[in-house]
Formats: sequence, structure tokens, C-alpha cells
Amino acid sequence: MNWFKYSSPQSFFPLAGALVPWFGFAAALLAAAGLYIGFFVAPTDATQGESYRIIFIHVPAAWMSMFIYLVMAFWGAMALAFNTRLSGMMASALAPTGALFTFVALWTGALWGRPTWGTYWVWDARLTSELILLFLYFGFMALHAAIDDPRRADKAAAVLALVGVVNIPIIYFSVKWWNTLHQGASVSLTKAPTMAATMFAGMMIMALAFWMYSIAAALARTRCIILERERSSEWVIEYARNLK
Amino acid sequence: MNWGGWDNFFAMGGHAFYVWGSYAATAVLIAAEVYLLKARTRAAHTAITRNGSAA
Repeated sequence: MNWFKYSSPQSFFPLAGALVPWFGFAAALLAAAGLYIGFFVAPTDATQGESYRIIFIHVPAAWMSMFIYLVMAFWGAMALAFNTRLSGMMASALAPTGALFTFVALWTGALWGRPTWGTYWVWDARLTSELILLFLYFGFMALHAAIDDPRRADKAAAVLALVGVVNIPIIYFSVKWWNTLHQGASVSLTKAPTMAATMFAGMMIMALAFWMYSIAAALARTRCIILERERSSEWVIEYARNLK
Repeated sequence: MNWGGWDNFFAMGGHAFYVWGSYAATAVLIAAEVYLLKARTRAAHTAITRNGSAA
């Protein structure tokens, strides 16, 4: 199989179209299972009571906010290095979904902080660096929208995305490097999770659901961008004609 | 959690505002993104057919 075949928008378009419903379906199934475990199977937390159930969206959303940024920067780097059209489109397609999950992480964090710490917001390292991540996403989208030529916009935004990558380890390690109100990681690759098995299962299934949703949303948006940018090409006109 | 009826479930041990405020915002944002993606796809289709018929 020749993977480079799919680096052209024309051949990627139908592939993405075929994948979107499957990823969307997987996201819905996983979210149903994750929410069921999160609300009906996982026990009440001994110290936090029921408010801890925010964890099932807060932690997966925070993970996605950072991971999507890395993928977006990766495609930006590809656009800069190889000048491939599809790479820049993929980077642009990821930004709004990444911003969404960053906002969700901040919002649910505020609503979790109030009953747990007694405040919606503090300017601590973890919260502040996550807020900067939201501004990086906004900056990426604003810069891209400000430049008329899409290929030049791709490259300018890619540079911004790559510079912003430095913020990701800052977010991730902020709870270790500084004294923060935010707790340290409950889950890491090297230690067993410090939480009940059912809580952990619910959180991981919700993380998978968000992952599948992000892929579906990014692929659907890539298709929109392809149609918008290539609208005068022969195959796009042919495709639109066959829709009716 | 130990099942104590729907009222008890929705009360979330007194933390209903925080728990449901989190879940509602997330659901609304995801629904909005899905809607906007569909609208953008439709707009792209109309733009092309308008272009195509003019050419």
C-alpha cells in the first residue's frame, strides 16, 4: 500500500469521508460506556464526595488539549518541511477542536476547584499554562485567518504552533516544577494509578471517546477545508455535481 | 455510587451545580461543534455548485 497516495487532498478526501462516521460511532459508544461506569459503577470518593465525577471529562479533556496541540504542531512542521498542501489543512482542522478541549479542561477545572479548593481560579502554574495553551490555539486561528493566501497562512501559523510547543512540557510538569494548588498526576506510565480501578476505567474510556471524537471532528473539518480551497478544481466540481 | 433514586442522583451529594455544570457545558460545546461542521460542509457544497454552474 502506498501511503503517500493519501497525501494529496483529492485521494484523502474520500478516505476521510469513509472514516468520519466510524470514528463518530466509536466516540458515541465509548462515551456511553464511560459515562455509565463514571456515574453508576465508580464509587463515591471518600474525601470529595460526588464532585470528583468531574474527573471523567476534566482529565481526558486536559490530555486531549495537550495531545491535539502536539499533533497540530507536527502537521505544521510537515507543512513547513515538505510544503505538502494536506499537512497545513490538517493543522488548521485540529485547532478549533483543540481549543474546545482546552476550554473544557479550564471550565470543568474551575467548577471542580470551587467545591474542592474553595475557589474557581488561582494563578498557579498549571492553570496559567493551560490558559496560555487556549490563547495559543486562538492565536493560531487568528493568524491563519488574517492571511489571505492559504499556503502562506499555513506556514505562518505553523511557525507559531511550533514556538508554542514549549508550553506543553511546562503544562505537563508544572505540578512537579512548582508548588501548585493543582494536585500531581494520579496516572503515570511508570506507577500504578492512585485511584479505584473503576474510576480509572471510566476515565480511560472517556479519554478514548474524546480521542475518537477528535479524530472524527478533525477529519470532517479537513474535508470542509479541502472543498473550500480546491473549489475550482475539476474533481471537486464533479463531486459537488454528483451530490444532487 | 449507591443507588438512592433519581432525585438523589441529580443532587450529586449537594454538588449538582458543579458536576452538571461541567457536563452540560461539555455537551453543549460538542453539539455546537458538530452543528458548525455540518453547516460548514453545506456552505462549501453550495459555494461549489454555484461556482460550477457559472463556469
